Amino acid sequence: MLQTLKQTWFSNVRGDVLAGIVVALALIPEAIAFSIIAGVDPKVGLYASFCIAVVIAFVGGRPGMISAATGAMALLMVTLVKNHGLEYLLAATLLCGVLQIGAGYLKLGSLMRFVSRSVVTGFVNALAILIFMAQLPELTNVTWHVYAMTAAGLGIIYLFPYVPRIGKLIPSPLVCIIVLTAVAMSVGLDIRTVGDMGELPDTLPIFLWPDVPLTFETLAIIFPYSAALAVVGLLESMMTATIVDDLTDTSSDKNRECKGQGVANIASGLIGGMAGCAMIGQSIINVKSGGRSRLSSLAAGVFLLLMVVFLGDWLKQIPMAALVAVMIMVSIGTFSWDSLRNLKKHPLSTNIVMVVTVVVVVATHNLAFGVLAGVLLAAMFFANKVGHYMHISSSLDEAGEHRSYDVTGQVFFSSADKFVAAFDFKEALGKVTIDLNRAHFWDITAVAALDKVVIKFRREGTEVEVLGLNEASATIVDRFGVHDKPDAIDQLMGH
Amino acid sequence: MTHVIACIDGSTSAPAVCDYAAWASLSLEAPLTFLHVLDQRQYPVAADLSGNIGLGSREHLLDELASLDEQRGKLALEQGRIMLAAAKDRAMSEGVRAPESKQRHGDLLESLQELQSETRLLVIGRQGESSGGLSQHVGSQLESVIRIMHRPILVTPANFQKPQSAMLAFDGSATTRKGVEMLATSPLLKGLPIHLVMVGPVSDEASAQLDWAQKVLINAGFTVRAETRSGEIEPTLHTYQKEHGIDLLVMGAYGHSRIRQFLVGSTTTSMLRTTTSPLLLLR
Repeated sequence: MLQTLKQTWFSNVRGDVLAGIVVALALIPEAIAFSIIAGVDPKVGLYASFCIAVVIAFVGGRPGMISAATGAMALLMVTLVKNHGLEYLLAATLLCGVLQIGAGYLKLGSLMRFVSRSVVTGFVNALAILIFMAQLPELTNVTWHVYAMTAAGLGIIYLFPYVPRIGKLIPSPLVCIIVLTAVAMSVGLDIRTVGDMGELPDTLPIFLWPDVPLTFETLAIIFPYSAALAVVGLLESMMTATIVDDLTDTSSDKNRECKGQGVANIASGLIGGMAGCAMIGQSIINVKSGGRSRLSSLAAGVFLLLMVVFLGDWLKQIPMAALVAVMIMVSIGTFSWDSLRNLKKHPLSTNIVMVVTVVVVVATHNLAFGVLAGVLLAAMFFANKVGHYMHISSSLDEAGEHRSYDVTGQVFFSSADKFVAAFDFKEALGKVTIDLNRAHFWDITAVAALDKVVIKFRREGTEVEVLGLNEASATIVDRFGVHDKPDAIDQLMGH
Repeated sequence: MTHVIACIDGSTSAPAVCDYAAWASLSLEAPLTFLHVLDQRQYPVAADLSGNIGLGSREHLLDELASLDEQRGKLALEQGRIMLAAAKDRAMSEGVRAPESKQRHGDLLESLQELQSETRLLVIGRQGESSGGLSQHVGSQLESVIRIMHRPILVTPANFQKPQSAMLAFDGSATTRKGVEMLATSPLLKGLPIHLVMVGPVSDEASAQLDWAQKVLINAGFTVRAETRSGEIEPTLHTYQKEHGIDLLVMGAYGHSRIRQFLVGSTTTSMLRTTTSPLLLLR
């Protein structure tokens, strides 16, 4: 136990603490920006980011992943905050946490295997587009100063790392924020700053129970929001966990992560923070900066709070243009640019799944709908493809009285029509043999199709003999367990 | 339950581990396997603190990290192979027939746990690569290894010396009684004189226990000398060891729960720290 404690916390102290600082610096603008999206004071997002990052460091299942207030979640809260106010958001956050813990105990994390690669890519791209779109209100109906500031900010972010020596030691988003703030303050530009967007934290967070009536009505209001938050939060967390798994070549405990996200959200709701989840962009920044263990997430949360509480007066002066530049960087970094190049290489069905996921998300502002659409579409394409793996050949005996049909491959809802169409009912025969020894019947549709074929032949006065039906239909049984019958795999493949 | 497994790394204790393993393998007439574990997490992590992400950052980062790991992995793999080959040569020159070697990726503890079922005796150095030769420093993974293994473990010092006599620290507890029985049936120490030492206040029960242990060992054909001493456990054992020039200590490891150990400390841990002779821990 001590060993694992050391391994998951203190195996990489220097890298984790430095990465934690870099991440905390990038979390501040994000937390402020996402609070503004959700329509709450920046302090709600900042407290949430602090709390979630710290709590998940202890209870999460993926060391090295960063969780905090996120754009995907913020977008889901907009109408709740507008119609019912902050207290209902806090209540919804608590309920969301409870649902996520439930999902963890039901082991829903393993459902992620149904989410195909193209859906994940679509999700990531949609997320990037949403983050970018959320910046547009800051860029419309403003003076040219804002455009100039944003462009300069992006320039600093991407060019500063090329400065010799210090370029790779000082986070460029921090340089961008400091330079733009200094310019705005010294020139005295009249542009929007963080201070104009609402209240910033001035104390450490305190425990508070949401001030909502504990009635069924409240539940009816918050439940739809909580459910959506829980689903989107888990989706983004699971996908981010997979990305961090790949980057660090280590494995994670997905179900523990589900429960951890729930605990972190409950904690966030209890200190007046909004719901959050894992962040793809921040997690990449963390890994890139050398963060690997749980300590990195803890360090990020603690530094975030320290900086916010003690530098609050300076935070107020940050021009929104600087935040917009950082957020545009996050959206550029989150977008999977390879997926655009791969559009040419990948099959059409894959591309359709990806694009549909993106379009549905951007249209509904809800990542859960996009993933659902993507998963369903991917499943349909898959069923269609597997349906092609069926072939029926036939041979007539010399007397011309007896035809044998030999069915090979997968018969199920998608290929049942093709199965029926392969028989020639108009041929006048005395006897027909249907050999199913090399076929698999996967569902009731397949059995019904076979019944239909048999009845049709009978009506024509043809005698029908079906061979190997029992073996072929063994696959219908839902829990066809290869694991408990050693010879089952042979049966499955070539009975 | 058949092999002698010896853990090899790049530390200075590797030759001694190799020699002790060869000795054990010959006395037990058990096949010898050298194990080298490539633990990626022990490598330092490269850091780029620029904190920005741009076009295709994720894909590039994956490529970068993968190629970095690849380079290190290849180097470590090659180094490990050379070490294993050297260990095998050394064991063969000492008369072990056909020693085997295993190289595994991952965590030392995990790898040992996988091998647990075929392990008869585990031989491991007191200090690993990262210990840097401080005399009282015990390898960072040693205690965890001892805790997870349910097989006898031979913890070796930096230099090999063929054991001529052995001392069994006996306290009448279930762990040490089991240890006595194990020793009696094992061919490892056949022919060596055994000193049964009990430290603590002499009660009737304790001396009855000691008589029992002596009888078991004598029946198994050992020359046994039993003695009871009073005083602090550790220094007393060390004094006795010095007086009789004993070069192998046998003891039951971690007879108490972790909580008790946390509160009052563990004899095993402090013996590991202070001893200069090999320690055979019976689990």
